[in-house]
Amino acid sequence: MSREFLSGNEAFAFGVRLARPQVISAYPITPQTIVVERLAEMVEDGSLTAEFVHVESEHSALSCAMGASAVGARTFTATSSQGLLYMAECLNYVSGGRHPVVMMNANRSIALPWNIYGDQRDSLALLESGWIQAYAQDAQEALDMALLAYRVAEDPRVSTPFMANLDGFHLTHTYEVVEVPEQAEADAFLPRFETENKMSESVPKNLAFTAGPDHNTAFLYKQHEAMRRAADVIAESEGEFAEIFGRGYTGLVETLHTEDADTILVTLGSAAALAGEVCGKLRAAGEKTGLLRIRYMRPFPAAEIVRAVAGAKVVAVLEKDISFGFEGVVFTNINSALKQAGADVRTVNYVGGFGGRFISESDIARIYREAYREAGAAAKDGQRVRFIGATA
Amino acid sequence: MIEISWFGRGGQGAFTAARLLANAYVLKGGERYALAFPTFGPERRGAPVRAFSKLSESRIADRGEIERSDFAVFLDDSLFDAGAPPVLKEGGRVIVNTSKSYDGDTVVTIDAAGIAQRTLGLPIVNTVLIGAIAALSPALAPDEIDLSIERNMPERLWAGNKAAVRAALDAAGGAA
Repeated sequence: MSREFLSGNEAFAFGVRLARPQVISAYPITPQTIVVERLAEMVEDGSLTAEFVHVESEHSALSCAMGASAVGARTFTATSSQGLLYMAECLNYVSGGRHPVVMMNANRSIALPWNIYGDQRDSLALLESGWIQAYAQDAQEALDMALLAYRVAEDPRVSTPFMANLDGFHLTHTYEVVEVPEQAEADAFLPRFETENKMSESVPKNLAFTAGPDHNTAFLYKQHEAMRRAADVIAESEGEFAEIFGRGYTGLVETLHTEDADTILVTLGSAAALAGEVCGKLRAAGEKTGLLRIRYMRPFPAAEIVRAVAGAKVVAVLEKDISFGFEGVVFTNINSALKQAGADVRTVNYVGGFGGRFISESDIARIYREAYREAGAAAKDGQRVRFIGATA
Repeated sequence: MIEISWFGRGGQGAFTAARLLANAYVLKGGERYALAFPTFGPERRGAPVRAFSKLSESRIADRGEIERSDFAVFLDDSLFDAGAPPVLKEGGRVIVNTSKSYDGDTVVTIDAAGIAQRTLGLPIVNTVLIGAIAALSPALAPDEIDLSIERNMPERLWAGNKAAVRAALDAAGGAA
């Protein structure tokens, strides 16, 4: 193990190198560029043996990764924002073909208005594309997520692509201390990629298939079940990860003081670390606050969320996206989970952090206090969603 | 937490300094944490840029820009002259690369460009200003800065930059 001072992009590149991908295809876009630049340097200096393919677009980047995966190679690509949207068609090709491509997405705003800074409107707009979606909180988790991503995606019970999300700039461009594991440890955790789902001369099979009305539903059902199984494989893989690397993770969600909390904030990504600090300060001042960090949006942690928040007086969901005219998609997902479980807890939605606007300590403290004051109140029409930092 | 804001122009190495200093603080391990980040966005040579170093003995959760600095460091005095005065913490200091003098107890001046010219042969002031901070803060040890220079710069730049830090320690130490 070595102790390095790395940005989130660099940490993820170190994690990818430890995973020994055989094909990397990429097209640069801010704030993702550094992760693929570092990997290109690693291929150049011989510390990573991989085919690095410069492609002419994001659509080609993911198509190339899919093609390589379809002959049994471990593959990596990365993108952000407009690039992810340009890939949208390919996302479903990869997941429907059950190719375990791993991709890093640097979360960034979507034009218009043009903006290169962070929010989560890009990845959350593509929740339905059949990819596992994870959100890192810091650079260490980013590195570790690269290794876990391959392990989970390639597991034959899952065989589903993995999108690792890092908040643009706040994670991708911020330097911090990261423990980088030894290659031997990574090799012990992550075996060589072997799959039956590949083109083969000895065992010919049809990939990129057509399925008409008779069979289409069965394919989608199998894909759905595989995504559901991913939850168990994530837990199992994190258990082994902790044994080998000495760092534990908590599955689809991470909770803080939720057991006896009246007011629980739910959020995802790098804002959760500051939310945890605010939660602790409010606790120290006698307020019964809690925090739930969503680590995975797909598979969605419905049962974990219900278990953690059903006993609260109010749940505030803070997210960096908006389905215009309705609410944030994380909020929609959480309300569905609560309703299905028969949990009767008041929920309120805060959206913000758009286009790189920083969600500050005072923003978070205000959300906790405002949500608590309104715990018993009925939802007022027109106040369904509160925008942080908006001026009418 | 020790919070250092860097004010420079694109190409002066403000972010390199922010990262190098933060890396120096955490090199010896133990309960030391640091974040370093630039103001985010496209980079243009000559345009005003800021960068931030946060140093702490506990994990740093706040990834936002520094609002109140322990040290506000100006690589270019035109930015100090033209901008609003930086907000400092109690006991905080402004450090300005300048050959001019300024009134006020909080402002420390250093002719970093002159020192850089003598030690590096170039008016690149970022490592000189790291030395100026180290002269005022016991949290930064010169040998850790040396090691950070070795970790973050190509070998041909080590000797000159280490000499720049030492010269600044002497100059700023005398002034403080």
